[in-house]
Amino acid sequence: MSILVNKNTRLVVQGITGRDGAFHAQKMKAYGTQVVAGVSPGKGGQVFEGIPIFNTVREAREATGANASVIFVPAPFAADAILEASFAGVELVVTITEGVPVRDMIRVMPLARQNGTRLIGPNCPGLITPGECLIGILPGNIFKQGPVGLMSRSGTLTYEVVNMLTENNLGQTTCIGIGGDPVAGLYYRDLLQMFEEDPETKGVVLIGEIGGDAEEQAARFIKENLTKPVVAFIAGQTAPPGKRMGHAGAIISSGSGTAEEKIKAFNAAGVPVAGEPSQIPGLLRSLL
Amino acid sequence: MKIHEYQARDLFRQYGIPVPDAVLCHTVEEVEARVPDDGQLRVVKAQVHAGGRGKAGGVKLARSKAEAVENARRILGMDIKGYTVEKVLIGNAVDIDKEFYVGLINDRNSKSVVLMVSAEGGVEIEEVARVSPEKILKVPIDPLTGLMEWEAREIALKLFPDIRHARVAASIFLKLYRLYLDTDSSLAEINPLVVTQQGEIMAIDGKMNFDDNALYRQSGILSMREVTEDEQKEIDAHARGLSYIKLDGSIGCMVNGAGLAMATMDMIKLYGGEPANFLDIGGSSNPQKVIDAMEILLSDKNVKAVMINIFGGITRCDDVARGLISALDQIRTGIPIVVRLSGTNAREGLELLRSTGLPTVATMGEAARMAIELSRK
Repeated sequence: MSILVNKNTRLVVQGITGRDGAFHAQKMKAYGTQVVAGVSPGKGGQVFEGIPIFNTVREAREATGANASVIFVPAPFAADAILEASFAGVELVVTITEGVPVRDMIRVMPLARQNGTRLIGPNCPGLITPGECLIGILPGNIFKQGPVGLMSRSGTLTYEVVNMLTENNLGQTTCIGIGGDPVAGLYYRDLLQMFEEDPETKGVVLIGEIGGDAEEQAARFIKENLTKPVVAFIAGQTAPPGKRMGHAGAIISSGSGTAEEKIKAFNAAGVPVAGEPSQIPGLLRSLL
Repeated sequence: MKIHEYQARDLFRQYGIPVPDAVLCHTVEEVEARVPDDGQLRVVKAQVHAGGRGKAGGVKLARSKAEAVENARRILGMDIKGYTVEKVLIGNAVDIDKEFYVGLINDRNSKSVVLMVSAEGGVEIEEVARVSPEKILKVPIDPLTGLMEWEAREIALKLFPDIRHARVAASIFLKLYRLYLDTDSSLAEINPLVVTQQGEIMAIDGKMNFDDNALYRQSGILSMREVTEDEQKEIDAHARGLSYIKLDGSIGCMVNGAGLAMATMDMIKLYGGEPANFLDIGGSSNPQKVIDAMEILLSDKNVKAVMINIFGGITRCDDVARGLISALDQIRTGIPIVVRLSGTNAREGLELLRSTGLPTVATMGEAARMAIELSRK
């Protein structure tokens, strides 16, 4: 078991003829993901590395039964691509694109909700159920099947942590990069609930960072709803206020969104917070 | 992106939000030439991208032209939280009866724009939020309908019992919302919105921030950008595909990925050092990016050691190593550099780096420790 994606997931790649879309479509396929279609308006009928290309997501879905989409189209067109997938009835839409205007995402949210579409991202590395399905730009080789669920606002920091988990023989059920933007799709609470309900997941790693109060909300949610152990890590303890630390959402505004507050909230909820990433495997193992 | 009060005021005026008359001056001479000697009570306000300018002495009343000139002389050139005051806005003071707060923000939790209003205007809203959050009314706006007229009126009536005032306030909420959407704003505040003793409603002070992701389609807003030297460095870095933020420490760091870059800074601090910067070179191993990043790092004279922390995912460590080698060929420096490569093709990358004689380590922790040690030699 796993959450969100597995070996039956059928993926369509939006923006498959772009540089990143093409590169990662091949990588995902090589990992074993069922990449059943690509979309690139005007290039319908072509085939890329054995993957049929369609002009629209609707055509792709009708022809191939795609139930998940990954978006690599440039930022000015990303929100429209999400809506296209959502209105075509795709159930899970993962947006890798960085730099999508927040106003565009705000417009997308209620429409995706109406259509029953689950969104991940934007500005995220994607998600993986090791050995079954990789969607996005994650390096498949560092992941391993096992009992740990992981969620993170960051990319490379996630790889760093996953690598340590794998080296310590703590494999993963599903790992999700939820993205670094302020307005994004599935977030900690949604995913914590899914991991709680997944029988294979025995423990959860939550990697947060400065900005917003999603970690504080997650801490309260864990205290009230989770029976499985959670270990947290928060990046940005040394970040100065008012500066955007790479991710659009990683900004301390008017004294709120600090790492200190988040760590305090987790401590209050009985969730151990690792002082540095290398402590995560040990903390988790002691709780499993 | 931030703009000054006078720029927010210009935008308010364009959208029909009433503001008092004012002049913007860059020099004392300009104040002498442009402010009439008419006995009008005025306020001289520093224009800086920092909050708390009143407490810092950047806002002063002037009862006469002479006093306006004198206050401008004191405020111009003043340092407020690291920003030098280069402009003052001299506006007509109004007889205030009541002060209110009106703000719009992009809210992460409701995933919508939220309208916030409060009868506690004229003070820092963060302070109100901390001490008495119940005094702020927050209304998420449905993105599908936008702020509706009845909705604006309903909210206005909670603050303004007089329907004539409520109608004017509602129209100001609607105008501010339109401005917010049109400009891809991420924060728009009127604080205070006042009712004068003459019964007029106007915006006395305003603040607007904009979504950096949307600047590509906001040329008018982008043309208002004014930056300090440090911010210019950050913008130049961004143009070269790097995220850079200067800090005050002595350990320069170069990392791939924003989260890992923050964690690297934290680790330097944890082991007793101080990071000199945040620097994310992104996912590419393009040698030019590594060269650009090294140039930016080493232009900071406080840097005593450099820590390079790369986790290879899709990025291959051997590519990064090649980039580093050509970067070091071009930039000769006596500053010690510690390299940590891990992940995809790390072994090959470390092998390549052997010829450079740079110290290489396997973990972030070791790299931080070694960089701190070398910085103290």
